[in-house]
Amino acid sequence: MTEHDFVRMEHITKDFPSVRALDDVSINFKTGEVHAIVGENGAGKSTLIKILMGVYQKTSGEIFVEGQQVNMSDPIKSRSLGLSAVYQDVTLANHLSVAENFFMGNIPKNKFGFVKWRYMREETQRVLDGLGIKVDANALVSDLPVAKQEMVVIAKKNFDNSRLIIFDEPTALLANEEVSDLFEIIRKLKREGAAIVYISHRLEEIFNICDIVTVLKDGKWIDTMPVSSTNEDELVRKMVGRKIEDMYSIQHFEPGEKVLEVKGLTKEGKFKDISFDVRRGEILGFFGLVGSGRTEIMRAIFGADNFDQGELILNGDKRKIRSPNDAIRLGVGLLPEDRKRQGLTLEMSVKENINLASYKDISKFSFINLKSERKNASDYVDKLRVVTPGINQKVLNLSGGNQQKVVVGKWLCKNSSIFIFDEPTVGIDVGAKREIYKLLEELLEAGNAVIIVSSYLPEIMGIADRIAVICEGGFIKTISRGNYDEEELLRYASGIK
Amino acid sequence: MFSKLKNNIIIKTINRVSEINLIIILIVLILALWIANPKFLSVVNVTNLLRQTAIIGVLAIGMTFVILSGGIDLSVGSVLAFSSVVASKLMVAGVPIWLSIVIALLSGSLIGAIMGFLIHYGKVPAFIATLGGMTVVRALVMLVTRAEKVLGLPDAIGDFAVQRYLEIPAMVYIWFMTIIIGLIISRYTTFGRNMYAIGSNEEAARLSGIKIGISICGIYAFSGLMSSVAGILMTARLGSGVPTAGQGYELDAVAAAVVGGASLTGAVGSIFGTVLGTVIIATIKNGGTLLGINFFILDILIGSLIVIAVLIDQLRKNKTK
Repeated sequence: MTEHDFVRMEHITKDFPSVRALDDVSINFKTGEVHAIVGENGAGKSTLIKILMGVYQKTSGEIFVEGQQVNMSDPIKSRSLGLSAVYQDVTLANHLSVAENFFMGNIPKNKFGFVKWRYMREETQRVLDGLGIKVDANALVSDLPVAKQEMVVIAKKNFDNSRLIIFDEPTALLANEEVSDLFEIIRKLKREGAAIVYISHRLEEIFNICDIVTVLKDGKWIDTMPVSSTNEDELVRKMVGRKIEDMYSIQHFEPGEKVLEVKGLTKEGKFKDISFDVRRGEILGFFGLVGSGRTEIMRAIFGADNFDQGELILNGDKRKIRSPNDAIRLGVGLLPEDRKRQGLTLEMSVKENINLASYKDISKFSFINLKSERKNASDYVDKLRVVTPGINQKVLNLSGGNQQKVVVGKWLCKNSSIFIFDEPTVGIDVGAKREIYKLLEELLEAGNAVIIVSSYLPEIMGIADRIAVICEGGFIKTISRGNYDEEELLRYASGIK
Repeated sequence: MFSKLKNNIIIKTINRVSEINLIIILIVLILALWIANPKFLSVVNVTNLLRQTAIIGVLAIGMTFVILSGGIDLSVGSVLAFSSVVASKLMVAGVPIWLSIVIALLSGSLIGAIMGFLIHYGKVPAFIATLGGMTVVRALVMLVTRAEKVLGLPDAIGDFAVQRYLEIPAMVYIWFMTIIIGLIISRYTTFGRNMYAIGSNEEAARLSGIKIGISICGIYAFSGLMSSVAGILMTARLGSGVPTAGQGYELDAVAAAVVGGASLTGAVGSIFGTVLGTVIIATIKNGGTLLGINFFILDILIGSLIVIAVLIDQLRKNKTK
């Protein structure tokens, strides 16, 4: 089969209410070619894919499939044109067999309307075997390891006879053995004439499997080049080569004594031998890719999850933290990654959320001092400039940035002194981001210590006093402000030596 | 000063749109029934209505706590019978009345706490844990009594049921007391805040340092306590310990809370709303009977009301989305 342009995306621009996610991006996907798209978080990779798949609607630009202009109005449309995408999360029905998942929504029936079980099993097994995936079609999905489940998802996609297949971080959940299985599948699809789009943070994979690579940065197209004529250094340079904007300029302070020391923290299968410390008045950046174990480490320190080994030393004393309650009493506050699911009680008011961790302190014999409750709430609403009609407003009705401020307020109200922010600015518009950074500055000025977990390099380099890099659950090293080098950090986090 | 304070409390009590709607519905209902039959608002009928409602009313207070925390308690009817039989057996055996009642209340609370323990630490869904509790407790009661009434209670018990102060039956005061206790706990205590927080988002509550296990046990223990109080009232009304008492009451209690605006997904609802829900359902039953409407038609009305209450709530939610 000869190579030709299967999909052409031309001058695609996508505006979200507060940000231009894609700016005049043009890109072609050829049949029989594996096309890598690389860029940092926020570069616009997923937005581009979602527009192609019809999940988002473009603001302007045109999409052609085999020369015909098409309107990707919804995912059904894109599927009917032979486009499909494998996302990194596993979407299978856990309690059903692999075969049932394969035929879901399209279960074969005999003339009496009964399910053709044998046909389903045999057909599924044939596809799995054909792809070299060692999975029994009768197995329950929940009995398979995550990596195998991911492979089932991929095999199921292939079943649809797709002509363009997008792999979005497909190896995030896979072990080495499965990665090479996956590459075999990709090569096979390519030989059969499918166009492949491959997105991955792991640059070495791109040199292993891809033919051509496009670099995106801040929503803009930077370059498209054959993989054979470039190298990892060049790619990294193109991905990050940008000056850090004023956005991140905050005042830094002379760090004081160590308030938190973590020694040899280990949890089987999640992270291993993690040691670091944080000082009063400093921001420690915690940088790692998705799935590197950074969130798990923070949850373990906070007592939200348990760990196998390691020591926590707070203000010079060795402490046992078995529950969030223990951590909170010792002055630690966690702003979780998913604030809606973990940080806030959405149906409750701003007032109640701000006081949530502090009710013990403002009550006698379990009776709440309503005056203190109100005062706390209005104090922190003022201090943090939370935009709300009043302290009795349900948090549900606030914007993302203001919700985040309420979570900060909760820990300020509890007099916490060590703040762990896990991806504090995800889903927050630019103005609110700036306000969160100003808030960090105020926290530092008051002598608190801050840990920021982020996978967004410009942010973490812009505000952190030191950056700890973590890769696949293992600690790499800590780098001080002034010695930051984006390429180096990204290499460490990706596991490239 | 005092009037200002009073005003404030009233405004706060009625701070939800759905509660205002309920009040309007109740007023319209009362007026309609009064016009249809002036006897409806007679002292005899109103006190009768309140007396009949008291037992479900007490159960509904405990049920509201459980629902607000995101759970459900199907065992309330069985625990009612349990405490009725425990108190009666003790009294017949010569134990002082007050002590019999205290033991009955404590044992009912303990049953609730055990179910709370299973729900939180055993990760058994509340529906299943309390369904099991409902069956086991009822069977225990039947076993111990051989399904026969416990007779020979002290006269003071039966007297209590017919006693009135200011024309209002004594039982109704007990109901009012549980309402006030429920209001205070849900509004002014850390226990109440924790209950709402757990119902809204258990993980966020845990990450805010709230001790989930103890709170859940406490919430179900409270429901058990309310069931026991209802059991004592039942004993007084019937003048004996009745092992079959309270069957199906769990659903009446859920209905009262739901009509009162409580959401089975937790965190939405209030004691005041539940009281309104309880009274609205009781008013339909009482008024309907007074007008000679077929009993089954009344049930159709009440069943529809439950669904409509939730339907309206959902429609409003979708509108704001």
